[in-house]
Amino acid sequence: MLGLGKRDLIFLAVVLALTLAAPVLLNPFAENSGLAQFNAGYPDLMQRIAIFAIFAVGFNILFGLTGYLSFGHAAFLGVGSYSALWMFKLLSLNIIPGIILAVIMGGVFALAIGYVSLRRSGIYFSILTLAFAQMSYNLAYSVLTPITNGESGLQPDLGDPRILDAASSSGSVPPTNIFGLAMSETWKVDFLGRVFQFNAGYYVCGLISVLMFYLALRIFRSPFGMMLRAVKSNQNRLNYTGLNTRPYMLTAFVISGMYAGLAGGLMAAMDPLAGPDRMQWTASGEVVLMTILGGAGTMLGPVLGAGFIKYFENIFSKINDHVLQGWFSVFPHWLQDLLVTIFHPFMGKGWNLTLGLLFMLVVIFLPGGLIEGGNRLMRLTRRRRRDDGPRPSEAPAE
Amino acid sequence: MGILEVKGVGKRFGGLQALGDVNLSVRENTVHAIIGPNGAGKSTLLNCLVGKLIPDTGSVLFSGQSVLGRKPHEINQMGISRVFQTPEIFGDLTVLENVLIPCFAKRDGAYRLHAFETVAHEAEINAQAEAMLKGVKMWEKRAAHAGTLSRGDKRRLELAMCLAQGPKLLLLDEPTAGMARADTNATIALLKEIKARGDITMVIIEHDMEVVFSLADRITVLAQGTPLVEDEPEKIKGHPKVKEAYLGEAH
Repeated sequence: MLGLGKRDLIFLAVVLALTLAAPVLLNPFAENSGLAQFNAGYPDLMQRIAIFAIFAVGFNILFGLTGYLSFGHAAFLGVGSYSALWMFKLLSLNIIPGIILAVIMGGVFALAIGYVSLRRSGIYFSILTLAFAQMSYNLAYSVLTPITNGESGLQPDLGDPRILDAASSSGSVPPTNIFGLAMSETWKVDFLGRVFQFNAGYYVCGLISVLMFYLALRIFRSPFGMMLRAVKSNQNRLNYTGLNTRPYMLTAFVISGMYAGLAGGLMAAMDPLAGPDRMQWTASGEVVLMTILGGAGTMLGPVLGAGFIKYFENIFSKINDHVLQGWFSVFPHWLQDLLVTIFHPFMGKGWNLTLGLLFMLVVIFLPGGLIEGGNRLMRLTRRRRRDDGPRPSEAPAE
Repeated sequence: MGILEVKGVGKRFGGLQALGDVNLSVRENTVHAIIGPNGAGKSTLLNCLVGKLIPDTGSVLFSGQSVLGRKPHEINQMGISRVFQTPEIFGDLTVLENVLIPCFAKRDGAYRLHAFETVAHEAEINAQAEAMLKGVKMWEKRAAHAGTLSRGDKRRLELAMCLAQGPKLLLLDEPTAGMARADTNATIALLKEIKARGDITMVIIEHDMEVVFSLADRITVLAQGTPLVEDEPEKIKGHPKVKEAYLGEAH
């Protein structure tokens, strides 16, 4: 079914179920308990996780399969955001035309940048993509201000023509919507002291990300995906097997650019404000981090990486000295102060320091990323179980 | 007129004349060996045939068409496959995938966007790959990663990959280099089998004389970038010029 084998189909069903249930699953702690700050089940964060999952899954099609490390994918993200916003301003606050244009523009830019950058491989390819992304960033700041509105960012305002739905609004700019259903629409359900928030915007992002995950799964299992892995493995042999690697690479680059454009479009749809910062190299670096942290070349790795980084970024930046003091209040005063001083640089604004350390640990001890960590744990428990007693029904470990 | 016609090919690297004036005519469905001492220009000649190097002078015609100036993948699509001195395979892919790729390349050409088809659903391609792997007795190892195979198995796999494309001309660059005796013998046996099918032309570059004399229909001896003699194996063996080139004048 759906062109997938049985195992992949189950895999996809699990991903879909987790996505649908995320507002409940990510909100395990009661509202008034001390652990409530570790909840992740609010719309803003879940939207971001879903959007960055799309970005990382697309990036993984290029980096994970072919091994070509692009350092400029944020450019496509930014292009997607600006395209979507122009659609919101000119056409309608319905997000669909905006998202479609975002995907197309992401693809067009990727075609142009990829055509030039793919003339080189290895570090030179990375530098070329980085250069293009920084150029886009600087253009958005300076020359292209009429299109991007420079530093203050682009957003819909009352003076916009909005050909399709201008008549319906007066007084203030209405929210972005999908056929009238506002992205900010949230149903709150109070259950056992926990407040579950079911947000329209999250479900749009979540369902699109599952669809994108499915497409990526198809690409991984296709002859095309196999050729891309062959590029990573031995380009020389691929050429001497009668295959032209260039168009294969370019297609992979364009597909991943379209994923990035889609992510940018969704970002604009959730929060209609786009600034040039979205294209900066730190944003490009972030998706590289996500993919490697989760596990490059695996299906689930980039999703895990995106969720991991976005979740901890959010949690850590909320932990200030006051919270730390609360944690260590059981210790004597001097020890409490000492511990707070030690942990202070890693929390709040120092989150990037923690992320850096985590990233180093993963790269050194788990080169395959979080996925490899999970696999190792699984193998370990399986071996334990086998030591406890033979289980004839179990399939032998690989 | 042979299937491969090399006329007046010369190649210079800086001050070194790697190939002088090479003329070669390879008849269809024969095995033609090129031998010669180190630095004779054997590998340079081979690289000129597959588009890796472009000769300074001369022409290379394959089935009447020039191969010069074409890219390696275009030359391959014309029907020329190549086996490398060190087996070039897709080390990170499974043995089966290694053979599936040339099967796809043969059917779909140099590029096709088959991103939403599924490898496992291509019954015909999978059957071809299975037959190819069984032909080199590698089917049992189909799930292994190709990078983990022994040298002899890698060579067999590489041969299966080349044959999967159904080439008209197979170029072999020292196919038994660095192999243990048993692997060398197995490779010779396999090459003899391929030759016995009678539908493929082979050009072999080889140091190991046992391999050369057990396979070749015709031998060209290359020395200092120019062909010294070209003849049948029996006549090459005792040829004074060959002895001279290989062993020096003292003998």
